[in-house]
Amino acid sequence: MKATSAPVKIYAFHGGVHPPENKNQTSHKGIKTAEIPKELILPLQQHIGAAAKIIVNVGDSVLKGQKIAEANGFVSAPLHAPTSGTIAAIEERPVQHPSGFKGKAIVIKSDGKDAWVNLTAHPDFKNIDKAVLLNLIREAGISGMGGAGFPSAVKLSIRQEQKIHTLIINSVECEPYITADDVLIREHAKEILIGVEILNHILQAEKILIGIEDNKPEAIAAYKVAIDNSSLDNVFLAVLPTKYPSGGEKQLIQLLTGKEVPAGGLPVDLGIICQNTGTALAIHDAIIKGEPLISRITTVTGSALSAPQNYRCLIGTPFRFLLDASGVNWQKLSHLVMGGPMMGFAVHKPQVPVVKTSNCILAGAVGELLDPELEQPCIRCGSCADVCPANLLPQQLYWYSKAKELEKTQHYHISDCIECGACSYVCPSNIPLVQYFRFAKGEIRNKNIELKKSELSRERFEARKARLEREEAEKEAKRLAKLEARKQKNTSELGSHSSNSSSNNINSDSDKNIVQNNNEQQEAELTLAKTKAASSSKQWKEAEKALAAAQKSGDENCAQLVEQVKELEQVAQRAQQHFKKLLDAKKSAQSASALTQQTSELEQQIESVREQSAQASNELKNIKKALLSAKSGQGDFSELEQKSEQAKNKSDTLKTQLRDLLARQKQEQTPQDNSAVLNRLKIEQATLKTQIKKLQKAQQENNDADTKAELEILLSEANNKLSICNEALAILNPVSTEI
Amino acid sequence: MALIIESSPHINKAGNNNAGTGAFMREVILATLPGVLCLYYFFGFGVFFNILIAVSAAIFFEAVVLKLRKKNIRLYLSDLSAVVSALLLALAIPPLMPWWMTVTGVAFAIIFAKHLYGGLGSNPFNPAMVGYVLLLISYPLQMTTWLPANSDISITESFKIIFLLENQLIDGFSGATPLDEFKNQLSQGFSQSEFIRTETFNGFFAAPAWEWINIAFLLGGIYLLFRKIINWHIPFAFVAGILLPAAIFFLFDPDRYATPLFHLLSGGTMLGAFFIATDPVTAASSNKGRLIYGFGIGVLIYIIRTWGGYPDAVAFAVLLFNLTAPTIDYYTQPRVYGYSKDRQQKP
Repeated sequence: MKATSAPVKIYAFHGGVHPPENKNQTSHKGIKTAEIPKELILPLQQHIGAAAKIIVNVGDSVLKGQKIAEANGFVSAPLHAPTSGTIAAIEERPVQHPSGFKGKAIVIKSDGKDAWVNLTAHPDFKNIDKAVLLNLIREAGISGMGGAGFPSAVKLSIRQEQKIHTLIINSVECEPYITADDVLIREHAKEILIGVEILNHILQAEKILIGIEDNKPEAIAAYKVAIDNSSLDNVFLAVLPTKYPSGGEKQLIQLLTGKEVPAGGLPVDLGIICQNTGTALAIHDAIIKGEPLISRITTVTGSALSAPQNYRCLIGTPFRFLLDASGVNWQKLSHLVMGGPMMGFAVHKPQVPVVKTSNCILAGAVGELLDPELEQPCIRCGSCADVCPANLLPQQLYWYSKAKELEKTQHYHISDCIECGACSYVCPSNIPLVQYFRFAKGEIRNKNIELKKSELSRERFEARKARLEREEAEKEAKRLAKLEARKQKNTSELGSHSSNSSSNNINSDSDKNIVQNNNEQQEAELTLAKTKAASSSKQWKEAEKALAAAQKSGDENCAQLVEQVKELEQVAQRAQQHFKKLLDAKKSAQSASALTQQTSELEQQIESVREQSAQASNELKNIKKALLSAKSGQGDFSELEQKSEQAKNKSDTLKTQLRDLLARQKQEQTPQDNSAVLNRLKIEQATLKTQIKKLQKAQQENNDADTKAELEILLSEANNKLSICNEALAILNPVSTEI
Repeated sequence: MALIIESSPHINKAGNNNAGTGAFMREVILATLPGVLCLYYFFGFGVFFNILIAVSAAIFFEAVVLKLRKKNIRLYLSDLSAVVSALLLALAIPPLMPWWMTVTGVAFAIIFAKHLYGGLGSNPFNPAMVGYVLLLISYPLQMTTWLPANSDISITESFKIIFLLENQLIDGFSGATPLDEFKNQLSQGFSQSEFIRTETFNGFFAAPAWEWINIAFLLGGIYLLFRKIINWHIPFAFVAGILLPAAIFFLFDPDRYATPLFHLLSGGTMLGAFFIATDPVTAASSNKGRLIYGFGIGVLIYIIRTWGGYPDAVAFAVLLFNLTAPTIDYYTQPRVYGYSKDRQQKP
């Protein structure tokens, strides 16, 4: 089945706009290879995820295609030298950032030789394992070339259980002005198809759909020829009506399959993967030729240029260099945009270099692109809602974003805004809606970070508080236990006249009595204080009332009454304070006694056993003495011997009992000593677990690829910490390892 | 060369010289033209006097309040929203209103109903209708005194009544509207079949004069639809909201209830459906919400006309539904991309 024989069913998506296309300036001109600039600037951050890690030093000489920075983590991409030369600097340079920030970049001084490093090609990719191919793609530094720049190898690494049934090649290029993919297809459809073949070899999709807008007839024709000559038999060309933003990943999926990517989910969840045209070609180059991603097609256009043109330019070429090559009129230039006019962002300086995602440099002359306009009030005309491809209500989002009612913006699903700009494009009141939405999204992100931070510090604070309280309670318990022991000793000494065996019972009984007496006394005192406080406050209030009445009626005794009231107030306050003190004392006593009960019981037992054993050994000694004297004199040997045996046995058993008890006590104390560390670890473990859960949830909910990557990094960190924590716990507490 | 740093998108549909809201409002003003001419044809020059008074007062008050609020007077006046409000109020009031009453209504509409709530875009109630209701409850006699259609009132007579307040002249022209008259007849014990042939009711489709005025506003409304200034949802639901109960009750008891066509082509029905209820600021903003909103207004108009104390009810119905618009909006959010059908939850 070939594309021509089986047309693909095209579905519709909500909204969309038809801005002037402005593609004719560059579409018919073909690709021109840009010259090599003297200086190439390679920002470490050209993709979504962690910035690349530098592996060269200033002064090193490098060859074209040599790796100069490696991927830093899973969601990252390496960088390669676009030409041969020397590393001139590693420093902060103006880079492609919407806020005009500088970023770390490797600056290469070209030596003009353009000498390649040794390349390893893999034209026999069909015999190569999927994992090896993925690694080759990863090592080639390929990230999505349509604009977002998500590392391609990451996108293509699907889990075992996920099955991809549809591979979509995004050749829509719906943004006005941009023709980079158009000319690329016209000239390299065959190579793109081979790239698609490699992708299909990795993904094993049932069918491959190539989406392209009907305003590119030459590219469509080129595709048709390439598909007819391709060895693939499951590729279908889907020609879409021209409408912005058909090239948005979500919209394209809806157009070609009628399905919607679930909110917070990824196309993979539907069994679909999208890849950009340029990415397919880059994969072809990386596998078939062994060339890493060091150049790309960039549309350089806009009416400030006399010769707009599509260039194949090296990554790192400054915008300025390409603008000069296209005959820029610096006087006319008023806007410099990287990307298209709908979603691109204004560049602050022309020194900014081309990066892997630079599909277009738009040099607008005065009047071509929007001047800052006076924003008029929103009249809720609803034009924005009519064109929103996500079917949002931008007028409501605007209202709540402006008022910073972030919860309301979330209720109206601000996170599902794809920032395509269709709403701002049609707004009659010149309201920069997308800007408001970005602001609100940023605020929500900040708030969530704040929330996480404060939650963490709250948890930390609570853990610390709990620890301090516990330590305090332990100290108190020990103190009380000691006191108890001493008291016991005293009473036992006093009551040692009575029979030894029962002395302990009596002791404890009398102890209980004392405690009870104490309690009763305390209770009585408490009630007394309470009544006192109540009555005195009542008196005070009555006096106050009397004073008020007196003041009203103009009584002369006012001064006296005032005195009285003051006095009564003091009395009442004192009484109340006294009552409170007593109450507090009672409460603390209660909690302390509850804590000490357990420990003191054991201690009591030990004490009694110790005494018993002492007695027993005394007895034994006596008997031994008797035995000795009996032996020296005349007496009943056998009886005494028996007695001695018995006494010895008893003493021994008591001794072992004592030893056991002491060991138990020790055992009970040791975990207590360890318990502080253990508990801290346990709390940490729990915190980490919740953190991981939250991160996972956030990852599921978030569909912004940028934050997703960030979250991925955070998640792996947290997981590492958790495993360390678990190990520590296992060592300290081998009995209860909860992993 | 200083580069302009703007947030995306960098283009606008209306280009760099976006006339903005003013362009919308101009179309609305233009669309009232057939209705205005029709009112002039049947009720004389007073319509133009009303418009003149209302619009000048609106511009004056708008400018004063903008000055007090330290806003850009030129920019905000150019959105023409005050002019549209005043124009709609002028078209809703009788053609012989004393000038100072019109000014009072406009002042209240602009100062209280609009700017005290934050100006254009922030007002919860339709300013023109707030002004109308203020006048209706303050000066019920003048607000219900219409002249019979085709009464040959001269421009001087209109001028004298409106500006010089020569009240003795009014008596010669005053009369009730067909909606009013319908109620009167019923209360006097007549059934519809008995009075429907009288001069007040025997027009082509409904009551004479008013049928043409309503058709003229309908034409203007169709122009607005055609120019995509308004969506079809509110007018359609508005008309359906009147038509449905009117048809049911007329079939149920044709002697007591007016024909559906009479309701559609009487009073302020079409002006309300296409020009007043469609005010985007105060209406519901999702399409489903607009249908509910328009239908509710229609039904309420029918209820007040049939069983209420006032002959017409567009203003009350619109204001009451202005109140519900935020709630309607809240419950009629369209299904967002990527969410399942049942209540915006993730699938």
